[in-house]
Amino acid sequence: MRAEEYQRLVYQKTEKNSLVKDCFFAFLIGGSICLLGECLKTVYIVLCNIPEEKAGILVSVSLVFLSAFLTGIGVYDKIARVGGAGTLVPITGFANAVVSPVMEFRIEGMVLGIGPKMFSVAGSVVAYGTAASVVYGVIYYILMRCGVVG
Amino acid sequence: MNIKKIGSGTYKIHGNVSVLSCAAVVGDMEKKGPLGHCFEHYSSDEYFGQDSFEKAESYMQKEAMKYAVEKSGYTAEDIEFIFAGDLLNQCIGSNYSVRDTAIQFFGLYGACSTMAEGLILGAMAIDGGFASRVIAMTSSHFCSAERQFRFPLEYGAVRPRSAQWTVTGAGCVVLGCEKTFPRIRHVCPGAVCDMGIKDMGNMGAAMAPAAALTLKRFLDDTGTTPEDYDLILSGDLGEVGYDLLKNLLSHDNIFLGNNYDDCGRLIYDRKTQDVHSGGSGCGCSASVLTGYVLPKMRCREYNNVLFMTTGALMSPISSLQGETIPGIAHLVHLQNDGEVEAQA
Repeated sequence: MRAEEYQRLVYQKTEKNSLVKDCFFAFLIGGSICLLGECLKTVYIVLCNIPEEKAGILVSVSLVFLSAFLTGIGVYDKIARVGGAGTLVPITGFANAVVSPVMEFRIEGMVLGIGPKMFSVAGSVVAYGTAASVVYGVIYYILMRCGVVG
Repeated sequence: MNIKKIGSGTYKIHGNVSVLSCAAVVGDMEKKGPLGHCFEHYSSDEYFGQDSFEKAESYMQKEAMKYAVEKSGYTAEDIEFIFAGDLLNQCIGSNYSVRDTAIQFFGLYGACSTMAEGLILGAMAIDGGFASRVIAMTSSHFCSAERQFRFPLEYGAVRPRSAQWTVTGAGCVVLGCEKTFPRIRHVCPGAVCDMGIKDMGNMGAAMAPAAALTLKRFLDDTGTTPEDYDLILSGDLGEVGYDLLKNLLSHDNIFLGNNYDDCGRLIYDRKTQDVHSGGSGCGCSASVLTGYVLPKMRCREYNNVLFMTTGALMSPISSLQGETIPGIAHLVHLQNDGEVEAQA
């Protein structure tokens, strides 16, 4: 059998993940995380009398803490196995990407283990997130100079 | 003159090369799987009392070797060579497991095909008159393999349906020149075969062509058919690779029937254990061979077995550089034949 023929056979025989099911669970779990964020924000504003801007920051901090905690007790990856992109995209996914290698590489020491490996997964998000924000800033500046945005 | 070679690449073991003893050590998930009752030695602690997964893997090998040597009735001093390997960089699982012995050591890397690779080299060493007794051993650990080949354990990644679960387990076989059974009758080392599969989440597909190549070569060289064997067992093709191997061989008019199975399909219950396409890793075939197949041969439930381990020879580096995954499959023919049984 030729390689191309074999690759077609492999494609036919390999069980695929269901796109509809994956999207549904990503929406459900990702949406639930966002709903939790909104609930926290309301609690901070209404019950704790915290200004809206600061409440937003507190929500981020709370979700990051919660994600790190759930990663630490070995629960986050189980939720992510079902939630997929729904747990990857929110800020909780970033916290999980930082905490999980820290847990894994602590045996290799603080300096050569935890330090460099901390960003082994999240490094791309940091690098390209920063680059994207620069591009966004330039576009925003141009649009502002042209009077399109305020 | 090559008197042992048959056909294009199968080698007949003329003398007595028999399995003296064997032992498996497995983790909790394997103990809870369908073959759990076959595994006497296990730990529900994934660290096996050590402080890292790599040390746990070495410990498993060390324990398996200890039990196998004890059962053989010999001591470490009676054994000439150890052929051992694992999946970790620089084969540290094996290097560290044997460091307290004085036995001469060959470190192997055949990815998940290491068990049969060790048996082949061990059988050749004995049949060639270089040794009287050797050890073939290998292991894998889910946690050490995950962090080397994929993501940190607690990272929330979604596994594709075709992905396999690395077995936490070690298997050790003591081979000797004694007239006992089961005996190694033929060996068929594999050639590297690459059919352009790039997906690290579909190892079964990457290895199936190599398995087809080796099995076809063996059957052609020996003039036998799959029906001649009680059991044909591939290493860790999983559900996807199992289907693909059957399909590939059917194009050459070789039809694998109910006597064919795969260690990756046997070791876990795919319905209740979240392992997707099945088990993988050196420890998969090694623990199934030493915990299930060889004991069954000892009580003559199986008398004629083809044990073929399969390996995917990529690394995370080659995959990141866009390389395809080369596969390999090594085959060992184990038999309790009439002559050997009479002498035993």
